[in-house]
Amino acid sequence: MLRRIIALMIKEIIAIVADPKSRMVLIGPPIIQLMVFGYAATFDLEHVPYAVYNEDRGQASRDLLARLEGSPNFNLVARVARDGEVRPLIDDRKAMAVVHVGPLFTEELLRGRTGSLQVVVDGRNSNTAMIVLNYIRTIVADFNQGWSQAHGQGSAPADLRIRFWFNPNLDSRWFIIPGLVALLTLVVSLLLTALSVAREREAGTFDQMLATPLRPVEILVGKALPGFVIGAIEATFILVMAMIWFQVPFRGTFFPLYLGLFMFLLSSVGAGLMISSLSVTQQQALLGTFLFLVPAIILSGFATPIANMPQAVQYLTYLNPLRYFLIIVRSVFLEASSFEILWNLYWPMAVIGTATLIIAGWLFRRRMY
Amino acid sequence: MRTMKRAHPGHALNRMRLMGLMKKEAYQIVRDPSSIAIAFVLPVILLILFGYGVSLDAEHVPVAIVVEHPGSETASFVAGFRESRYFRPVIMRTIQAAENALMHRDVDGIVWLRGNFARDMRAPGPASIGVIVNGVNANQARIIEGYVTGVWSKWQERIAPGQGRPLKVPVTVEQRIWFNPEMRSRNFLVPGLIAIIMTLIGALLTAMVVAREWERGTMEALMVTPVRTQEILLGKIIPYFVLGMGGMALSVGMAVWVFDVPFRGSYLVLFATAGLFLLTSLAMGLFISVVAKNQFVAGQIAIIATFLPAFILSGFLFDIGSMPKAVQLITHIIAARYFVSILQTLFLAGDVWAVVAWNSLALGIMCIFFLLLVRKRMKKRLE
Repeated sequence: MLRRIIALMIKEIIAIVADPKSRMVLIGPPIIQLMVFGYAATFDLEHVPYAVYNEDRGQASRDLLARLEGSPNFNLVARVARDGEVRPLIDDRKAMAVVHVGPLFTEELLRGRTGSLQVVVDGRNSNTAMIVLNYIRTIVADFNQGWSQAHGQGSAPADLRIRFWFNPNLDSRWFIIPGLVALLTLVVSLLLTALSVAREREAGTFDQMLATPLRPVEILVGKALPGFVIGAIEATFILVMAMIWFQVPFRGTFFPLYLGLFMFLLSSVGAGLMISSLSVTQQQALLGTFLFLVPAIILSGFATPIANMPQAVQYLTYLNPLRYFLIIVRSVFLEASSFEILWNLYWPMAVIGTATLIIAGWLFRRRMY
Repeated sequence: MRTMKRAHPGHALNRMRLMGLMKKEAYQIVRDPSSIAIAFVLPVILLILFGYGVSLDAEHVPVAIVVEHPGSETASFVAGFRESRYFRPVIMRTIQAAENALMHRDVDGIVWLRGNFARDMRAPGPASIGVIVNGVNANQARIIEGYVTGVWSKWQERIAPGQGRPLKVPVTVEQRIWFNPEMRSRNFLVPGLIAIIMTLIGALLTAMVVAREWERGTMEALMVTPVRTQEILLGKIIPYFVLGMGGMALSVGMAVWVFDVPFRGSYLVLFATAGLFLLTSLAMGLFISVVAKNQFVAGQIAIIATFLPAFILSGFLFDIGSMPKAVQLITHIIAARYFVSILQTLFLAGDVWAVVAWNSLALGIMCIFFLLLVRKRMKKRLE
C-alpha cells in the first residue's frame, strides 16, 4: 500500500513540476507576492500630504507648525491663503489634511486661554483619516506639554504612560508579514489540490486511475501528499524570508509553529480535495476555489479584526482554517507563545482537515460505483 | 492570416458574423447557468458577507482595568470606561492577573491604577496611569490608544473643577472629517469591495472561456471560418459585458440601500466608469486565457493575478501613498486601483473631475493595451 501511494505521489509531483507553466505558477508568484505585498501591506502612514492655512503671525503657531513639518509622517504640499482654496485641495486628493490656525492663536495662548487648531481631513478612507488625526494629536500633545512647562501652567492631574507589548514601535509589517506566511501557504496548497482531480476527470485519466488496483483511500493520500509537501516547503521558504529579509523578530520556538503548519496544511489540502472531488469540470473547480479562497482570506483576520465583525459572521469564521493559523503564526513570531497557550487553536484545524478529507474520500468512492 | 484577409475583403467588422458569434456565446451562457450565477448571485453573496464582515471600527474592546486600591478617584476613572461603547472593561486586582489575561489574548489592553493613585492625584505632580496595549495588530493598537486617550481626557475635564486646579490645555484639536463625519469604515470599504468583487467577476467570466476553447480545439475550428479575430473578441466580450454590468448595478444598489452608503456623484458617471473598468478586467481575463491556453494554468493565474493584487495593492485598505516608491509603481498596473479611487470619490465626495478624469484615462489606456495585446497573441497563434 505504501509503495503504491509513493508511486502515485511521485507521479503527481512529476505532473506538477514537469509542466513549465504550472512550475512557474508555483515558484514565481509566491516570491513576487511576498516581496510586493510585504512592502505594500501596511497601515502605517508616511509622507501624508498636507497643507497649511496659517492666519496667525505669532511665534506659537510657527513653533507648532514646525513640529508638523519636521515629522517624517507628514509632507507639506501647499500653503493656503484663503478659505476657498481648501476644498479643491481635499477634493482632488492633493492633500489628505489641511491644518488651519486662526488669526488670534498666539495672542490667546499668551493670555492663558485655549487656542484651537482646526484640522480638515479627507474622510474618504476613514481609517487613514483617523491615523492622520492621531498623529496630529500626538504632535499637539507634545507641544502642549512644552508650552505648559515653559509658561508655568499647571499640569494635568494624571497622565497616561502607554506602552505597547510585543511590537513597541507599532510597525504594522510585524503584523502583516507573518500573516502573509499563512495566506500564501493557503493559496499554494489550495491551488495545487483543488484543480488536480478535476483536471484528470476532464482528461479522462481519473477513470483510468480508478480502474487500477489503487484504492480510493490511496488515491486520496497520493493526491493530498504533494500539496502537503510542496506547501510545507514554500511555507518554510516564506518563513525564512520573513525573518531574514523583512527582519520580523521570531521570538517563539519552531514546535508550536510547525505543528500549526501541519494542521493547517491538513485542513487546506482537505478543503482543496473536497472542492476537487465535488466538481466535474475544471471551471467548476476553479469557481469552487475562488468561492472558498476569497471569503477565507477576507474573513480571516488577516487585515481587519474578526472581533469587529457581527456575531453571525464571527460564527462563520470558525469554519475558516486560516483564522486559527494566522493567530498561531503571529503569536509564535511576536508573543513567543507556547503550545500550552495555543492548544485550543490546533484541534479545530484537525477537525476541519479530517472532515473535509473524509468527505473527499467518500465522494471519490461514490464516483467509483 | 493574410490569405484569409484577402479571401474576405470588406469591412473590419461584419455585423452578421458578430451577431452570430454573440448568439452562440449567449446560448452557451444560458445553457451553463454557472456564468449567470457568477454575474448575479456571486456579487450579492460576497457583498453581504464582506460588507458586514470587513470593518475597522473596533467596539467593545476587552480591557483589563487593574485597581489596586479602590476609591472614589479610581471609581470615577473606571466609570469612563464603563460608559464608553468602545470598551468592555474587566476589573482586576493585580497586575499579574491582567498580564496573564493579555498573554492569553482574553483582553487587548491593560489600564493600571496603582495603589498610590489617589494619593498621587492629591500631590502636586501628576499621577501616572500605566497603559499596556497588545501591539501585535499595530493598527488596532493605535485605535485602542486613541480610545484610551479619549476616555482619559474626558475624565480629566470632568474632575478638573472639583480638583481645585482648573484644567489648562494650551491647544486643542478641532477636527472636521469631510465626506464621512461619523468615520464609518463601511462607507469606504463597501465601495472598495465593489471594485474588488467586480475584478473577480470579470476575470472569472472570461479567464476560463477562451482557455476552454483552446483546450477543446474549438478555437482552431473557429479560426478557419471566415470570422475575424476582432469579431471573435467582440463576440466574447459583449455578452459577458452585459452580464457583468448587471452584477455591477446590483452591487451599487445594495451599497446604497442595504449598507446605507451615501452616493453623492451622478449615476451616469458611475456607469460610464464602471463600464470602462469592467471592459478592462474582461480584457485582462481574455489576455490571461490567451496566454495560458489551458484552463488549469489560466485558473491559477486568474486567482493569483486578480484577487490578491486587487485586495492589497488597490488602495482599498492600505494607503498607496505610504508604500515604497517601487511598489507604488507596481500599483499603476492594477486596474482596481483606479476604480477604487473613482468609486470612493463618487460615493462619498461627488463628481470630482480631477479624480474621475485621470483615473478613467488610466483605465482607458489599460483597456486598449490589453485588448491590443489579446489581438496580437491570438493572431500569432495562427501563423
